[in-house]
Formats: sequence, structure tokens, C-alpha cells
Amino acid sequence: MSGPSNYQPKSAFGKWMHERLPIMEMVQGSLLDFPTPKNLNYWWTFGGILAVMLVAQLITGIILAMHYTPHVSMAFDSVEHIMRDVNSGWLLRYLHANGASMFFMAVYIHIFRGMYYGSYKAPREVLWMIGVLIYLVMMATAFMGYVLPWGQMSFWGAKVITNLFSAIPFVGESVTTWLWGGYSVDNPTLNRFFSLHYLLPFVLAGLVGLHIWALHVPGNGNPTGVNVKGSQDTVPFHPYYTMKDGFAIVVFMILFSAFTFFAPNYLGHAINYLPADPLVTPAHIVPEWYYLPFYAILRAIPDKLGGVVAMFGSILILFFLPWLDTSRVRSGTYRPIFKQFFWVFAIVCVALGYLGSKPAEGAYVFWSRILTAYYFIHFIVILPLLGLLESPKPLPPSISDSVLAKKKPLAPAE
Amino acid sequence: MSTAVHADVNRRDFLFIATGAVTAVGAALTAWPFINQMNPDASVLALATIEVDLAPIAEGQEITLKWRGNPVIIRNRTAKEIDVAKAVKMEDLKDPIARSAVAKDDAPATDENRTIAGKERFLVMMGVCTHLGCVPQGDNPAKEFAVVEGSAKVGGWFCPCHGSHYDTAGRIRKGPAPENLHVPKYEYLTDTKILIG
Repeated sequence: MSGPSNYQPKSAFGKWMHERLPIMEMVQGSLLDFPTPKNLNYWWTFGGILAVMLVAQLITGIILAMHYTPHVSMAFDSVEHIMRDVNSGWLLRYLHANGASMFFMAVYIHIFRGMYYGSYKAPREVLWMIGVLIYLVMMATAFMGYVLPWGQMSFWGAKVITNLFSAIPFVGESVTTWLWGGYSVDNPTLNRFFSLHYLLPFVLAGLVGLHIWALHVPGNGNPTGVNVKGSQDTVPFHPYYTMKDGFAIVVFMILFSAFTFFAPNYLGHAINYLPADPLVTPAHIVPEWYYLPFYAILRAIPDKLGGVVAMFGSILILFFLPWLDTSRVRSGTYRPIFKQFFWVFAIVCVALGYLGSKPAEGAYVFWSRILTAYYFIHFIVILPLLGLLESPKPLPPSISDSVLAKKKPLAPAE
Repeated sequence: MSTAVHADVNRRDFLFIATGAVTAVGAALTAWPFINQMNPDASVLALATIEVDLAPIAEGQEITLKWRGNPVIIRNRTAKEIDVAKAVKMEDLKDPIARSAVAKDDAPATDENRTIAGKERFLVMMGVCTHLGCVPQGDNPAKEFAVVEGSAKVGGWFCPCHGSHYDTAGRIRKGPAPENLHVPKYEYLTDTKILIG
């Protein structure tokens, strides 16, 4: 994981340790001295923000588990107990619940940044694919966490999502029964979801380690997409990017706090404050906002198996993105047509999210189908063709040149 | 392990492959209990049957009760609902199979096959949408809707989650659900009492 480091242990203890476990060399090489392109903009700070959010979720989650009871007859009450009785319990729960939303907000910006600047292109394909895997594990973790309060939306969300697996031909029914540990979502389901919800964040932490390792082999990309050519193109990670990331993290914490303290239930659903009832489905069930685009895709297809395949396909197609985009130019900045299609795609994703929040009827279904089709066309048709047809703008000779070119107007006149 | 290239297959190769094969089988056998523990346990399997008295259910009324963690809908259908269900042509059905544990496995989805002969007023079925498992809504005169556009508004069931429509015999007519609502195994113990399971 280390970059070029000229770490020299200074103290006697440092030397003793270095011969046995060169951990300080790794810290210095990959966290302090790591050469980082000097032109990274604020879109590049979301990696750091995500790392902070993962730690925040781990800490608040471990604390919540000290007060929560994973049993169908006590789960809902134990969450209310956390809200009313546990010291600062309301704060910890609101931080955890809104933290999940903030985590997804940051990851979506991080993913779209990667899409715009071609961060998935050679030699960063594996880095990108580990990222997609992280996103999938995040979704599974958040889903199981949402089930734990055992409200109406928790229960019916769990039922609908686990039933997705019943669409698998031949073995679907056995798979869902196995997932549930019964004939419906019930106590065994709640128990195992609690166990896995506790486990998966640590799997995430491991994957994040691999993600950073894969990042540190080629080094960071940058807004120009031009490779680093020498030390004039880079600055050490510390203090330049520890400070820049630190500032972005503080700004992000303001947003996080605004939700936690002033609108803690804005992103949730009021009906989840009703205890789960296996005999009554709420009139309008919707997943959390971060799943809505995929929910819209699921409902757009008027066939059970087809809908499930399209929904999983819409995520799995991201694994193939490095090979679907045929352009040799990395950054969208120098791809005038791609840039427009990128923003159309971003708007389509947001629009699918809106449609996912609406009932599955009339014009909503019609538009879901159009936009679902466009979602896949973007990856399967537009990206491969654009790379072949588009003529990109000339690239700057180096990162350093591009930075200096921007500075020109400020230079004193001759 | 030797990296030398052997001229031909010898006893050591056989031992090597045999050891690997036994290890693989042993690993699979060891994994099974770790996987199978997630299947329904003995206490879940024990909750197999319930008895229901149908006498208090008035005509046009339905009840929902819980069996094996899932809702069971029992409706005392009106004559009109039964007539409409019987009038449906088999070729108009999305799922032509009865999905009824009280009929043969491949029985066609006629109204007769989804009820018990002589007791056609009572439709007993799982309140589990065959799409993604929500509880379809019925039993509300205000919500009477046409199952298929243009048909008479006589009732049936509507799943609020993804918009599946079931007719007055619980058969899927419109929407994403692939199958008719399942009819569980049940039998009449007396004239008005049934045993589900």
C-alpha cells in the first residue's frame, strides 16, 4: 500500500520497531508522503468523507447494539427505549439513521465523480470494481439495518426485498424460506439480520482497505485525466490533502448535523413508527430514498423475474463500465459530447428516483419504462459508440501545464 | 511439493488427487450444517395447523388470520362474485393453473378448482401476493374496482405494493404477479369448521 517513502526511524524504539513491524514506514508512505496530483478539486474529497462516515456508523452502531433487543416482541419497544430512556439515545439513533443517508449521499457523489472523470479506466479497473462491490455491500447492510426497528416499513420492506429472490427459477421458493428461516419474515429473520448487520460493516472496512490499496498502486486520477509525469505534478498528501479533505469533512458534518438536529425524520417514513403487523400492508410502501431509482426499475418491468433481473442488472452493469466506455480520453472535461450525455444520465437517475417514490400506476409507470430503457442504453449503446465517434478536445501536456494555464490571467503583464 | 515434470502418472499423483478429493468432500459436508441452520427450525415447523369456524362470517364479509406467519384470507362470497368468477374464460387468465392445494397440481384455474365442491361460497386463500409478498386488499365496498378495464365492478383484491389485481376467485388478472393467490391445504371438519394445514 505504500508509495515512495524515505522513512528513517529516529528514536531507538522506532528503529527497534521498524526491524520487526515497519508500520510507520507504511503510514508515512501511504498517508503522509504519498504523492498526490496537485490539481484535485473538491469532488475528490468524498473518499475521505466516506471513510469518516464508515467510522461514524461503526461507532454509533456498536453503541446502539448495547441497547437494542433483536426479538420481534421487543425490537420496536427497545428502539423507543433508546429514544426515550437511554442517555443521549435519541442522538445516537438519529446520528446512525441519518448517517446512513449521508453515507449514501457521499457515495453517490463519489460514484458520479468517477463516472465523469473516467476514474474506472485503465489502470484503475480493479479499483472501480472493488468500489462497486463496496456499494453492493453498503446496500445490503443498510437494508438489514432498516429492518431492525421492526416498524411497518421495516417489516414490509424486508418482505418485499427478500421476496425478490423467489423470482429465481426452480429454487426461488427454497431460497426465500432459507433466508427467512420460516414461511414468512419473522423472528429468525430479525435475528439473522441483526447478526449480519453487525458483521457487514467490518467486511466493508476490509473492502475499503483493498480499495485504498488498489488506489495506491497507480495513484490518484485527477480532473485532467492526464497521468502524473513527475514530481512537479504532485504534492505530498499531508498536509495538502489532509487539510483539503479535512475542510470538506467539516462542511459535510454541518449538513449531517442539520439533518440530525433539525430534520431527523425528514428522510424517513412516519409509518415506520407503527409496530410491524404481518397482516396489514401499508397502502403505499417505498424504500429509503437511496434505493428509489432501482425500485423504479424493478416496477417498470411488468414481469416478476424480468423486473428483478433488470434491477440487479442495473447495478451489476457497473462492473463492466471500464470496458463499455471505449474512449481513450479519461476525463469528461475534454469530451464535449460525453459531457452532455453524462448530465442527461445523471438527470435520468434522479428522475428514476422520483418515479420510484410514486405509486406504480399511469404516467409514472410509462416514464419509468422510458427512463429504465435509457439507463441501459446509456451503458450498452451510448458509451461504446461515443468513444468511437467523438473527437475529444486536445489534452494539456501535463498536470502542471494545465494548472499554470489556469493561473495565466493572474500573471503580471509583460 | 515437487515441481519436477513426471514422465507418466505414478502412485504419488494418485495419492495427491485422492487426498484433494477427500478434503473437498469433507469441506462440503462440514459446510452443510452451517448453511442448513438457517432453514426453518423445529419450532417453526411445529406451527402447522389451525382450526377456523366459518359460521360467523356473513355473506360479503371476509376475515384475515395468521397461519405459519402469513395471512390467510377467508371470504364468504356473494352470489354475484361467484357468478362473475365462473363466467371468466380460461384463455383470459394470466396464470391458467389453479395453484390450489385442494385440487390436483396441474388443475386448471376454474372457480370450482379453487374452492371445495358444495362450499363454493367460501374462498380460502393465502393473503400473500405472488409478486413480492404484500397482503392484497379487498372487503371494502368503496374500493370495488374493475379487475380488468371495462369489466363490471364486482370486487376482488388489489395489492397496494406494485399494483397486482386479483379477481373474485383470487386469480391474477393484471399487474406484475406471476401466479394466482395460492389456496392452502384445508378440509372441512364439520359443516362450518375447517382445518388449515
